[in-house]
Amino acid sequence: MVMGSLKRAAALAVFGLFLFAALAMLAGVAEASFPQPWQLGMQASASPVKENIAWLHNLLLVIITVITVFVLVLLVYVMWRFRASANPKPTRTTHNTMIEIIWTVVPTLILVGIAIPSFKLLYFMDRTFEADMTLKVTGHQWYWSYEYPDQEGLKFESYMIPEADLKPGQKRLLEVDNKVVVPVDTNVRVLVGGTDVMHSWMVSSLGVQIYAVPGRVNETWVRVNKPGVYYGQCNQICGINHAYMPIAVEALPKAEFERWVADAKKKFATAPQDGTVRVAQAGAEPVAAK
Amino acid sequence: MANAAAHDHHDHHDHHAPTGWRRWVYSTNHKDIGTMYLVFSALAGLIGGLASVYMRLELQNPGVQHMPDGHYWNMVITAHGLIMVFFTVMPALIGGFGNWFIPLMIGAPDMAFPRMNNISFWLVPPAFIMLLGSALLGGGAGVGWTVYPPLSGGAAHPGPAVDMAILSLHLAGASSILASINFITTIFNMRAPGMTMHRMPLFIWAQLVTSFLLVLSLPVLAGAITMLLTDRNFGTAFFDPAGGGDPILFLHLFWFFGHPEVYIMILPAFGIISHVISTFSNKPVFGYLGMAYAMVAIGVIGFVVWAHHMYTVGMDVDTRAYFMAATMVIAVPTGIKIFSWIATMWGGSLRFETPMLWAIGLIFLFTVGGVTGVVLSNAGVDIALHNTYYVVAHFHYVLSLGAVFGIFCGIYYWFDKMTGRVFPDWAGKLHFWTTFIGVNLTFFPQHFLGLAGMPRRIPDYPDAFHGWNVISSVGSYISFGSTIFFVVMAIYVIRNGRQAVGNPWGEGATTLEWHLSSPPPFHTYDELPRIPAEAKH
Repeated sequence: MVMGSLKRAAALAVFGLFLFAALAMLAGVAEASFPQPWQLGMQASASPVKENIAWLHNLLLVIITVITVFVLVLLVYVMWRFRASANPKPTRTTHNTMIEIIWTVVPTLILVGIAIPSFKLLYFMDRTFEADMTLKVTGHQWYWSYEYPDQEGLKFESYMIPEADLKPGQKRLLEVDNKVVVPVDTNVRVLVGGTDVMHSWMVSSLGVQIYAVPGRVNETWVRVNKPGVYYGQCNQICGINHAYMPIAVEALPKAEFERWVADAKKKFATAPQDGTVRVAQAGAEPVAAK
Repeated sequence: MANAAAHDHHDHHDHHAPTGWRRWVYSTNHKDIGTMYLVFSALAGLIGGLASVYMRLELQNPGVQHMPDGHYWNMVITAHGLIMVFFTVMPALIGGFGNWFIPLMIGAPDMAFPRMNNISFWLVPPAFIMLLGSALLGGGAGVGWTVYPPLSGGAAHPGPAVDMAILSLHLAGASSILASINFITTIFNMRAPGMTMHRMPLFIWAQLVTSFLLVLSLPVLAGAITMLLTDRNFGTAFFDPAGGGDPILFLHLFWFFGHPEVYIMILPAFGIISHVISTFSNKPVFGYLGMAYAMVAIGVIGFVVWAHHMYTVGMDVDTRAYFMAATMVIAVPTGIKIFSWIATMWGGSLRFETPMLWAIGLIFLFTVGGVTGVVLSNAGVDIALHNTYYVVAHFHYVLSLGAVFGIFCGIYYWFDKMTGRVFPDWAGKLHFWTTFIGVNLTFFPQHFLGLAGMPRRIPDYPDAFHGWNVISSVGSYISFGSTIFFVVMAIYVIRNGRQAVGNPWGEGATTLEWHLSSPPPFHTYDELPRIPAEAKH
């Protein structure tokens, strides 16, 4: 049975790959707030929501790995034990009520077990009821604009830095000219809207993703745990430059954030906006609920 | 390919069969129509596969090297998705195997509506030409297979390309609705005497459930894309917020079709491998009724889970909670099927000929794709994974490694029967192992890319994603090479292969088609077979 041994070798290899992946992800290899070469798991968590997502994902990963390995072991065992040369005379068994009940009930129980923490996470991450500030995010073809209604309507646009203008050490396709800045340890209500086509505002490390839909205001929230820069990319196909509208969120300590707000007000007040575009977009732009 | 097989078909039964091009263009014969579907699917599959190799070539290294721009990329992904779904998987599993084997397995002389069968096939090539044409005319449709407005609307896609893609979907959809009506009528009314519903082969159950899914879901898609068409051309505003519409409405309508569609693609494959597992275990299917009703349950639940594709669009949290719960429920009937296949093998006398390898491969790889589906069903975790490569990996494990493995499983299982030629086992096994390695190399690393946050549908990615993308690209080249090997081999065998016997698989092959010669005569069952009460499934 050259065939059988080949099959077993391949199966072992796949099994090994799974174990390796599972262990590596659990060990948190290559955790950072931006993607790393040969990364196996999620980016490091920097918000309570993302910590909970990562926790649930790690739990699920163990469960699904065990299930997959169980199915694989069963398959390999059956293939070896009941191969024609070892078992020339097949049985005619086609029913076994007990085993059928077991393989219906046990998966159901596992799913109920998964559902409980999953519902908790879903309701926890939905929205914040005690927002300390509000951030308005608007998706455009192909850039993001940000507005701070609590900081007297501070408003600016954020474009990707083209490859030619990158400084050494900057990350291609992730770096932007104006990062959106939030204070750490603050519940930030995020209102996301769109003006032209759908986009999706996603930041992996913060566990945030929501579509920017024209005509709607979607709400989510974020609370960044530690200062740093967190990267994401537009995550809904939006036309020719879909790959070129990244998101960079900079989290600053509260005092530094206040300084940044003061500086930014001056900086973006002097940069004149294109009046005609503003007027044209005003009708389509969602009105932020305060 | 088809013509070579055709010459053997002429036998004394048939006094009025047309010849030459008339035989195919005017065909009302279920076997010929099935053959045309399979040949069409192979051609479309090669084009769709070429598109995927092109994409993997582009993604092999960071930067945009092989395509003019992002729009071109979007056009290729759209073409790949639509071709694989509507013009490869569905024509093979439903049009091809359905037409060939529904009448043969239930002991019917032909389909209930042979002329409707003809039009349902001949709507497909014009649909395909329209879709290819949309890439050449009017700038191409760079919208993704989901065709979401406003990107697919008049402002973002002004040319005729999206309109052509929409009309292509209309034609393909009409074709599928007609075929499904035909299948349902045939299965309900034309079973041989003695074949009750609960004695139908599982493949027939699979086709029956699939046909119902198509008949119920495609009209919703047709409505949605018609509204999109009028939004684009006639000034309506169903999906335009400026006129009081809502893009999210389109998403709901699309996925009301789109989710059943994924079961439409996998259920016939489930049906095929049930027979293959049983045949090569030399043992009847374990838990026949559970298997049949698990498919019915998958079909029913498949209609009430659509918004799990939309966890991030801003739906109410209670709505998301419902869709999460409903989605998880699908894992139960799917689990029943997986375990019943293994139980069918348990105690059997297993032979590992080519079709069995594909079937076992499908069981394992579908399990991998299934469990990542459970991860994605969690609305919370999905926030971190939605639209990333994790999703791409998941649906390719269930479709590329599920449905497509099912197609190859069916081809090898019925190759002798359909062509009358023997496909050499070594070639089938070589095809299987190279494909198995290729697709796993392609899609397994995509889980890692997705977890790390790589968005789907981008032609260029941050440099850190490079490593796994190289592996993935190499895998796709291996898979495509393997496919070419299969196509060349199949053409060679059809021309020069050994003459096949009626039942090459021995006593494990119990369904009616194995009682016929290979290939079967042009018209079968001039006299209806009777199914004795103790017949096995």
